[in-house]
Amino acid sequence: MGNKPQTFTLPEVKPLPSRFRNALGKYRVTVSKACNNCGLCVTLCPYGVYKTGSRKPRVAAEHLCLGFPCSANDFYCVRRCPEKAIQLSLNPSFEILGDRRWPAELLASTWHMAETGEIPYQGLNYKTGDSGGGFDKLRFIFPRGQGLDIPDEEVSTAIELNRSGDSRPGITIPVPFYLGGMSFGSVSIVTILSRVKAAAALKTFCCTGEGGYPEELIPYDDHIITQVATGLFGVREETIKRVRIVEFKYAQGAKPGLGGHLLGDKVTPRVARMREAVAGSALFSPFPFHSVYSVEDHKKHVDWIKETNTRALVSVKVSTPTDVDMVAVGSYYAGAHIVQLDGSYGGTGAAPDIAKKNIAMPVEYALPKVHKFLSEEGIRDRITIIASGGIRSAHDMAKAIALGADGVCLGTADLVALECIRCHHCESGRGCARGIATTDEELTNLMELEWATQRIINMYLTWRRQLVSLLKRLGMKSVTELVGRFDVIGHLDYLKQEELEGELDL
Amino acid sequence: MPPKYHIHTSQAANRLQSITRSGVIAWEEGCLNCARCVKKDCVYKVYEKRGIDAGQMLESLDSACKDCYRCVQGCPNKLIQKGLNPAYKDLGDHYWTPEIISALWFQAEAGRIPVSGAGYGGPFSGPGFDAMWTDMSEIVRPTRDGIHGREYISTTVDVGRKVMALEFDQSGALSITPPPLVEIPLPIIFDILPWSPPRRRMNIAFLEGARSLGTFAVIRQSELYASIEEYLPNMVLYADRKLSDIDDAVLQELHLIEIPYGEKVIASQNALKEKHPGLVTIVRMELGPDSSKNVFRLAAEGAGVIHLVADEYGLEKADKPLFISERTKEIHLHLVEKGVRDQITLIAGGGIAMAEHVAKQIICGADLLSVDIPLLVAMECRVCRRCKEGIACPVGLESVDPSWGASRVRNLMTGWHNQLLEILGAMGIREVRRLRGEMGRAMFFEDLEKNIFATLGKRG
Repeated sequence: MGNKPQTFTLPEVKPLPSRFRNALGKYRVTVSKACNNCGLCVTLCPYGVYKTGSRKPRVAAEHLCLGFPCSANDFYCVRRCPEKAIQLSLNPSFEILGDRRWPAELLASTWHMAETGEIPYQGLNYKTGDSGGGFDKLRFIFPRGQGLDIPDEEVSTAIELNRSGDSRPGITIPVPFYLGGMSFGSVSIVTILSRVKAAAALKTFCCTGEGGYPEELIPYDDHIITQVATGLFGVREETIKRVRIVEFKYAQGAKPGLGGHLLGDKVTPRVARMREAVAGSALFSPFPFHSVYSVEDHKKHVDWIKETNTRALVSVKVSTPTDVDMVAVGSYYAGAHIVQLDGSYGGTGAAPDIAKKNIAMPVEYALPKVHKFLSEEGIRDRITIIASGGIRSAHDMAKAIALGADGVCLGTADLVALECIRCHHCESGRGCARGIATTDEELTNLMELEWATQRIINMYLTWRRQLVSLLKRLGMKSVTELVGRFDVIGHLDYLKQEELEGELDL
Repeated sequence: MPPKYHIHTSQAANRLQSITRSGVIAWEEGCLNCARCVKKDCVYKVYEKRGIDAGQMLESLDSACKDCYRCVQGCPNKLIQKGLNPAYKDLGDHYWTPEIISALWFQAEAGRIPVSGAGYGGPFSGPGFDAMWTDMSEIVRPTRDGIHGREYISTTVDVGRKVMALEFDQSGALSITPPPLVEIPLPIIFDILPWSPPRRRMNIAFLEGARSLGTFAVIRQSELYASIEEYLPNMVLYADRKLSDIDDAVLQELHLIEIPYGEKVIASQNALKEKHPGLVTIVRMELGPDSSKNVFRLAAEGAGVIHLVADEYGLEKADKPLFISERTKEIHLHLVEKGVRDQITLIAGGGIAMAEHVAKQIICGADLLSVDIPLLVAMECRVCRRCKEGIACPVGLESVDPSWGASRVRNLMTGWHNQLLEILGAMGIREVRRLRGEMGRAMFFEDLEKNIFATLGKRG
């Protein structure tokens, strides 16, 4: 190890409970009338499920309950209750929560990490979803006897974003991720600020999305990526000059080849001012860039940004068509430092279901395709590949890196940390009923900035710890060693037990 | 530019309350009667608007609720829960899923396309049409239809035999008569239903819907009543009885006629052509392992249009059936190889359940599609198939108001048309005719898995 690695001080975890009275958990705990309020359960439970009450203990945090596996413990309240007044059952509301990509257990795990900064212990699957393919069927193969027994501090999760070798400054981020663009208009100002503040605390970046550059973000300029998208909303010379990274959005995984659409209801006077548009009228971000019909035109765009801001790195966000590898090469040729491959599982605002499901290939296929092609072209180490659009967990992040990305870009997971339940109704009426993806004043006030910032920090610190632990088991001291390691990752449908050299992570 | 194809939609409300995925379970017992009840805080005001539909014994609550869980998480005594609606789970079957059925209902109401927030929540892939993805282009000429469209996208297809070259005599006059072509502005026709309650009224709805869309509905000869003869120009008459029983006056009015595949099918086609040169004949053929061979033979013998029909799950008739898209690919490529693909029109049907299936099936080689069950679902069918057993239809399909039914069908097709435009626009394709057989602009699960995932986990 020649160069001394840059050291970063990461923020601390601060436990922060749900902002709702009843947090949602896998189990339901009820105390019947038979209770004599002896208080035994309150003292027994090490997880703090119960709080003392005047007539009987209050079930204050059933989401922290260990559930049926607790029956193996001495402190199992259901058995120990002298009046047999405690009932434990599966929470019926849990059954319909979430979807195939974000099943209830993954949602609850994410909430747990955001609340406590710890990996969940309630028997929740925090590693995969239930989509039946892709990330959910990929597993790490840990080579036997090669795990590292070293302190976590000796493992680096930092990545360099400028690998081009040009004269622009290098930017190292201590975690292999930054936060993706969610425009002002599609989410509330509290949501935006909390993500930006969390990104700043984690010494990484957060993208503005296409909604302009709210002035509240100015103190965080050094941690902001500003986006130039086809609608050019809120793009000004001064905003381009302010930042260290500028992102071109060619396409968006949630609606590849389709324009963006902000419903008139969400265009409040403030949103309109920022976007230099008319309040109450719907805003369209067309597809494609009407000034780019070739790679040469694209280069002209990149040059234009580089000329406007001589220290900025340029990122290009694209979707995953059949020729995604050629698109990546084109971006490199045009002088981009970062190419972001946006898969089709992400997205905050509304998108046609047909586009999300059918257009462009899953990012899990695109990554190895691009990594291999750029390696063969001899330019893989001159550009940074960022994967996005459906990275839900630390395990997804690590898998994306093993499939060929240098790092990932995140969005939906932040919203889940803020207690998004993925009802998919971001767009309806006044917007998100939980105050995340809305510009309605009353709903925006459902969430406090400090709470939201810390929840996001807590979750990502937990992710980072999981990544470090995965790297150690793989015998790696740096996340950069994991990039494109197709040998340490396998697909459950094609791995043959007899050919397996190592332990599978199930 | 020719005029833009535009469908006029009109709101056509559900007759019945729709069946939703989840229901609200709210207990009264144990209620603390809080001064500020969580039910009053509902963002969507579902508790204020609630009411019981006496006919169906369904709570309006459930269809208005948008699953935000605020009340579930706010009630101090935890008296409100959300639960899976068993009636929802029972809708349809493994192929005609509750998700598909409810999406069709939604589109039939006003012609809007299904849109949602928070990204994709479905499975990675699946059998049949779910095993492929369509392409997009990062950099294309702006082809988007809609508000930014400069050039609109055509969804018109031609039905009939095409000549590959014109021939002229010595004086320079055209020496051949090109066979008739029927132009349809939407690559979809309405097919015979695999099952349904008595459909006299529904047939009118289909025909009326087809007429307003500029397309066609297949009607059996045995169901041709005088009352629907005004729709002959938008009808594909399916000869399920003797061809000779059909009145000349009827044939005179028709543009399209369909005859079942059989030994004498080309002779029948020629006989029809002789008497009615303007009529286009379609040969209806059950999809099967021999289709490729049979279609080529028919094409060589002069057939112009072949309608390949799979079962309601998109499967061909065979011991180990192939899915419609797979068999169509084979047929298409066989015809391409033989150099006759452009001479004939292939209509494919069976298992077409969503707008994306239209685009994908065309990519696999069909010129246009025939749809059946979605037309019933547009009229609130629940795909329970009780009618098949002779049991009364729970949603009274036999007595629908034909004009309401026509609006529902038209709305659904508007939704499908707009979604087809989204797919074409993303690919930078300006007309659906160019989408046919464009397999290079699609990505197939099998190929991607083999090239990418199956190679992982290997040392060295």
